[in-house]
Amino acid sequence: MLSQIETDFRDMLLIRRTEELILQLFTEGKVSGTTHTCIGQEANAIALISQLDPAIDFVMSNHRCHGHYLSFGCSLEGLLGEIMGRANGICGGRGGSQHLKSGNFFSNGVLGGGAAIACGLALGEKLKKQNGIAVWCLSDGALGEGVVYESLNMAALWNLPILFFVENNLYAQSTPIALGVAGSVVDRAKPFGIHADEIDTTDVEQLRPWCSEMIEYVRTNRKPAWAVVDTYRLAAHSKGDDNRPEEELARHREHDPLYLLRRRVSDACIENAEKWVEDVLAKAAEAAENSPASTMDGELS
Amino acid sequence: MKRVLDSLNEGFHRVMKERPEVVVIGQDILDPYGGAFKVTRGLSTDYPERVITSPISEAGITGVGIGLALQKFRPVVEVMFGDFTTLIVDQLINHGTKIYAMYGQRVPLPLTVRTPMGARRGYGPTHSQSLERLFMGVPGLNVVAVSPLVDPGELLTQVILSDGPSLFVENKTLYSHPLWSEESSIQGMKVTRSEDTFPSCTLSYGEEPDVTLVTYGGMTPICLKAAARLREEEELICDVVILHEISPFKVDAIGASLRKSRRMVVAEEGTYSWGWGAEVIARLSEYRFDAPPVRVAAREVPIPAARSMEDEVLPQVRDVVAAAIQTVDSDLR
Repeated sequence: MLSQIETDFRDMLLIRRTEELILQLFTEGKVSGTTHTCIGQEANAIALISQLDPAIDFVMSNHRCHGHYLSFGCSLEGLLGEIMGRANGICGGRGGSQHLKSGNFFSNGVLGGGAAIACGLALGEKLKKQNGIAVWCLSDGALGEGVVYESLNMAALWNLPILFFVENNLYAQSTPIALGVAGSVVDRAKPFGIHADEIDTTDVEQLRPWCSEMIEYVRTNRKPAWAVVDTYRLAAHSKGDDNRPEEELARHREHDPLYLLRRRVSDACIENAEKWVEDVLAKAAEAAENSPASTMDGELS
Repeated sequence: MKRVLDSLNEGFHRVMKERPEVVVIGQDILDPYGGAFKVTRGLSTDYPERVITSPISEAGITGVGIGLALQKFRPVVEVMFGDFTTLIVDQLINHGTKIYAMYGQRVPLPLTVRTPMGARRGYGPTHSQSLERLFMGVPGLNVVAVSPLVDPGELLTQVILSDGPSLFVENKTLYSHPLWSEESSIQGMKVTRSEDTFPSCTLSYGEEPDVTLVTYGGMTPICLKAAARLREEEELICDVVILHEISPFKVDAIGASLRKSRRMVVAEEGTYSWGWGAEVIARLSEYRFDAPPVRVAAREVPIPAARSMEDEVLPQVRDVVAAAIQTVDSDLR
């Protein structure tokens, strides 16, 4: 039986290795299109999304969605198959890296619009008098979209059980936050009367209780909350498109969420986790490799 | 006398009574105001929990509708003027229709966006447009338009009960128009309605047609007047084919008339280029024509507020008449 920190380490490692494998598949030319990895942001996904209940809660994620997807308990095989364009992909290869759906998990590559849809999901919970909540995942880049503010207004007006999960990674593609976002990120929700809080850490052990409080606030009060995590993306926005200074990257690597945990868990735990991750990833990759290429057959043709 | 507006309102009441999953969202829809054009009148009194008045956030409420549809409701979003549908393009094109079809399996998305389109009321450039063509040809999106010939309340109900996203277009001038859905003949023309969920109607004098007039929505009464004038003044016999499902659309009813007439005029209230008429002509191009088909549409300028200029810009009876004569006078080059 793994302890919480051991489980978190293993699950974060799985996200990291999955993202690395995906980038490697691109490099090898085995997949086409694009992808956006969450390397460096794994702790957020684990701390928040894994504390939701996939049976009753909803997640509306964005282009950088693989960590959220895996943390919600969705299929690794389905993810790899999807990105590789195979029939066993979770969406049969139609969605690709940034358009995933599994149960109550959705992602879409267009920024902003998901805020309103998540409000609708939350309104559905309210109308049905159910206990689920909706989580909309955004980053600082989406703060430029007008519909976000329409959604904050509706969420507050109608007391919707929605958690705005803001992973502020300081960059919108190549644009640093100073060139894209005026004012305070956390303060944005406050004039709407929405409970807002911010945490500046990549440490899953600090994030987990904080995320739990934010989730419980929404679930118990049936009201929106704006949860800002100050984080950093250690890999490129997409594949090779990174022009951030090496000194800056080096500084942030010291806060790599996996690096932080490696110093707290035992060597055996690390070894077991590495082995387990390697194993499940190899199996999933093999399943995807063996699955036929997707075709336009079926009800959606 | 029952009007199109009454039918829409009654249909709305009926579907809300029968279907507890129908939820309505829009601006100014609560009683006693009851909506800018009164289609939603009485709904908030009878179903207060399912009628939600919203801030002026067209994109926001369309997104909320999508979320509600994913929660197995059947949301109806009212966009107060069709001109404001420009604000919901992202929600319909990049979210609603994509969720419906991009996730590998059909995700039911029974979202209805209702909106009044059209001019002839002097509302000016941004409250008079027929912008439905922006949404035509969007994969997975149904565009349905009201006419007096098919019970508008029933048409709305069928849209609400369909499992995909739809744009439901109500031409403003039709709200006060008398209902013709029970009539088997209108102005001396026999009405034939197809058996489809969203029927096509063919109006015919029972004589071999010289020209087939094809239209939808607010141009329906105008095309009927044109047909009457062409018969009286020019001794030209027209069939008028009115579609209700305008995108995607079926060519059957048009083709059946065209086989007899071999001449076609397509009339719409929206602007000319890249319009619905262009697609109708393209789809029918495999039929045999004796003359080039002609489009009738609005001039490509902002619709003026002054009624005198508005009349000049919009397609009128005289334009349809002239177009029909043109198809008879001109042979294929």
